Amino acid sequence: MLKVRNINLRKDDHQIISDVSFEVGDGEVFGILGANGAGKSSLAYALMGCPEYQPDHGTIIFDDLDITGKSMDERARLGITLAWQEPARFEGLNVADFVMLGCGGHNRNADSYLDLMRLPPEEYRQRKVDRTLSGGERKKIELASVLAMKPRLAILDEPDSGIDMISQDAIINMIDTIRGYGGSIILITHEEEVIRTADRAALMCSGLAFKVGEPQEVVDYYRCICRPCPSKIYPSGEDIAAGGTGRVSTGSGLRKDAG
Amino acid sequence: MKVHARDYELMLDAYSNARGDPAVFADDGIAHLVVHENKVLGTHLVPGLEVEPVETTSGIDLKIKVLPEAKIGKPVHLCFGVLPESGEQNINMEVEVGKNAGVNLLAHCIFPNAVSVRHNMRAQITIANNGFYGYDEVHFHGQQGGATVIPKARITLGEGASLKTGFQLTSGRVGELDIDYEVEAGPGSVTEMIARVFASGSDKIRIREKCVLAGAWARGIIKSRVAVKGSATSEVFSEMAAVGAHSRGHVDCIEIVQGEGSARAVPVVDVFDHTAKVTHEAAIGSVDRKQLETLMARGLNQEQAVDLIIRGMLSPA
Repeated sequence: MLKVRNINLRKDDHQIISDVSFEVGDGEVFGILGANGAGKSSLAYALMGCPEYQPDHGTIIFDDLDITGKSMDERARLGITLAWQEPARFEGLNVADFVMLGCGGHNRNADSYLDLMRLPPEEYRQRKVDRTLSGGERKKIELASVLAMKPRLAILDEPDSGIDMISQDAIINMIDTIRGYGGSIILITHEEEVIRTADRAALMCSGLAFKVGEPQEVVDYYRCICRPCPSKIYPSGEDIAAGGTGRVSTGSGLRKDAG
Repeated sequence: MKVHARDYELMLDAYSNARGDPAVFADDGIAHLVVHENKVLGTHLVPGLEVEPVETTSGIDLKIKVLPEAKIGKPVHLCFGVLPESGEQNINMEVEVGKNAGVNLLAHCIFPNAVSVRHNMRAQITIANNGFYGYDEVHFHGQQGGATVIPKARITLGEGASLKTGFQLTSGRVGELDIDYEVEAGPGSVTEMIARVFASGSDKIRIREKCVLAGAWARGIIKSRVAVKGSATSEVFSEMAAVGAHSRGHVDCIEIVQGEGSARAVPVVDVFDHTAKVTHEAAIGSVDRKQLETLMARGLNQEQAVDLIIRGMLSPA
């Protein structure tokens, strides 16, 4: 479904993403684990096509179509969407309308999506998507709107952050729902527990995606190598080599970067 | 009072075209007043409310009195309009809300064909202790941009009184708008003033709203939501002065600028008592990038997304 090839992104004279490659298959949940500042969100924005995160090198292929130069809305109409880590607030837009924004008319009822995210519809559908909502409420509404879109590829940036423990299972339900109809998910997180829900995962550090494999493998590596690492987001070449996997990976396996 | 049946029908048609519900003018439980140019076309009163309109050469002099202790349950509908392409309408209002009384007024101002229409509103409003006065003014203009609208109000709130005003001009071209509201707020009173305007073409907006929190524990908020596009211009002056002890005020202005439009916001906050506090926030510029990208990630194109953000910002709460 998605093939990311050698993506590079520079922003304000900083290398944000370096030569990242990976693939995500149909119905697959692909996790990206990494500490704060590792470049995970920047990668999400680049995949979504945010104007300020246009890669200066590399290609993004979605369903055999090169979408590298396509705008955000063009990508969205192909079935790609993004749930922001800190979603925007909208004065005057009510929750039900916001949830159904991208549904393309296939369902005009927001209630089932609110229900799934543990938001009682009668309490929320007419509320505004503004500052009167708590961070957790706004986050769940963001996820409900992603779900309502029935995306073919949902990029979820830290979907669990700010959400109470009781509602965490709603995120699992959401992931299962998307996976159930064959949609794919890129699940970005710095939580080891969350990454375990993925089918495969990559570790991201200092703009590099350098360890791809089973989620447990990635978590183990993160615990053993990344946590004790003093530099946190700037791995040495030795660290990368210690991962034994190289920094460029493909969906079919891992290959060591030439460097 | 002369009845101008044809004008009345035309006003109701125009009101209906502006998405108003003409059934309110046939409802015995709803008070109303319909004025075309300087002609009073219809009035209906409810217990506790006194309305005295007097036709003048260029408009009307209007006295509205809400008797002490009277609570007017349903909003009083006022409909002011000038239907021809040119004309002038001067409305001089005196409003008195009695002690413990309450009323909501909903004023529709309709100038659908204005090429050269001037609408002046002068209001002197007194709200007695613990009284409530709500005033929403909604404008429906045509696309010619030929209306000049100048509403001015001086409002005094007694102890524990409440004021809530809303001004909305988001349908059709603004033309020229010059709002000037001043409030003197008594002890423990609450003031809330919100203006929402969407200007395009060569429209000009000037909004000046001032609230003096004169009494102890008085609270006030002035909120402005303005969008300008084309070569339209906007100036918003919001003044909040905290004089009374423990008074609290807030000024909140958002202006979105598109195309060659320009906007200016001047918040003025004064505090004259060390226990009082006034805050302000203002944001002027293009549409918020994150809002825009959120909507585009749901498949809206840029134009649709900008339109939705602006409509949301300008829609009543």
